[in-house]
Amino acid sequence: MIAFRIDRRSGVATYLQLAHQVRQALRLGVLEPGDRLPTAKEVVEAIAVNPNTVLRAYRELEREGLVEPRPGQGTFVRRSLAQPAAAADSPLRAEAAAWVGRARAAGLEREDVAALAASVLDDAFPLPDPPPPFIPAQKQKPEHTHTQEEDT
Amino acid sequence: MTDDPTTALRATRLGRRFRGGWALRDCDFALPAGRITALVGPNGAGKSTLFHLATGLLRPTSGDLRVFGAEPGSQAARDRTAFLAQDKPLYPRFTVDETLRFGRELNGDWDHASAERIVRAGNIPLDARVGALSPGQATRVALALAFGKRPDLLLLDEPLADLDPLVRIEAMGLVMAEVADRGTTVVMSSHVLSELENACDHVLLLKQGAVRLDGDTQRLCDTHVRVTGLADPATDDGLPPDVDRATVVEAAVTGRQVHALLRHSDWSPAEPWIVENPSLEDLLLAYLRSDQPAEAAGAAA
Repeated sequence: MIAFRIDRRSGVATYLQLAHQVRQALRLGVLEPGDRLPTAKEVVEAIAVNPNTVLRAYRELEREGLVEPRPGQGTFVRRSLAQPAAAADSPLRAEAAAWVGRARAAGLEREDVAALAASVLDDAFPLPDPPPPFIPAQKQKPEHTHTQEEDT
Repeated sequence: MTDDPTTALRATRLGRRFRGGWALRDCDFALPAGRITALVGPNGAGKSTLFHLATGLLRPTSGDLRVFGAEPGSQAARDRTAFLAQDKPLYPRFTVDETLRFGRELNGDWDHASAERIVRAGNIPLDARVGALSPGQATRVALALAFGKRPDLLLLDEPLADLDPLVRIEAMGLVMAEVADRGTTVVMSSHVLSELENACDHVLLLKQGAVRLDGDTQRLCDTHVRVTGLADPATDDGLPPDVDRATVVEAAVTGRQVHALLRHSDWSPAEPWIVENPSLEDLLLAYLRSDQPAEAAGAAA
């Protein structure tokens, strides 16, 4: 189980913050395949956001194939994002550290390095399509916290 | 049209006059069921009047207001509505337990277990006198009383005023959990716009007794743009002449810079202009500040 937190000043949409925190937990191994995510009710009670925000975050993660809703049971983790190649003692990290060291020696500031890295990342990992529009559920009956009818 | 299940609260040319003048006038809106609506406006805009009309404590002077198609104050409407007034009226001499039992006596469909659970989750002893509770605990008891009623429509007038920051989150969390659980429709007034941003998905903005803004929060933010650029010295408002003035919510010139909020604008300025969608708080502030008359409502008054 994980606890969410919201940075209200970040300017990042709240549902994206929640989805990001789940991905982060998957990378760190805090969440593993088979784990249940907190229900919308549990999340909103703790951080006081609109329940649809949580459902939207979970739908985004479902779209990425990371979690799956099981009717009547909740939303469960399908796969991990833990990457042994990205661990603290991995050769990739050592290479990145050496590269940052050379950039610094060449006189680049932190922001210059970040911009350079971001531009390389953009070339290597083109941005995905934006997610489909989210239509909040028109909930008339209780129960089914994780399934939603589309309103028409 | 009278009993549309997707509309919780519908106003048709709604007006209410007091001795001092019109508190609400010619208001038309339809607040969607299953959503959390922020009721926003300066003091005296008519927010509390609207709550009192919706609960049947006041009658409209003109026009009509319906709660799930029923007349406010009728049995059908009262059964489905819970109202938490600004001053959270509770009997100070009652114990918490007596207060909840009182709620059970007054309401046919009463969920005593839920009400007690909410109180217990706040570590409030059932035998404590209501008058001895902290403001945060009193809010919790008042919310327990409102939720025990299992309302379909929950009206909250400034529910978080006079609470400390931790209790505010706790109280808002309770409301959100109830919505997640039962799909309750909530209409909530507050002056703290940043708190509404994450909680509400619909907004109704009143100003001088008239509806100034009514819609889905995401849609409103998507259909407005904040533009910043070099002011045009030839125009009064600093915006270029080709901007349709009907789309300008507010525009302000500071030195050589102009900063404006536009609605539904197809004006798309070139590179040096900064164009971004406003946050909900930014959008609401712009409408609260802007002085453009709401249609022609002021003309007849």
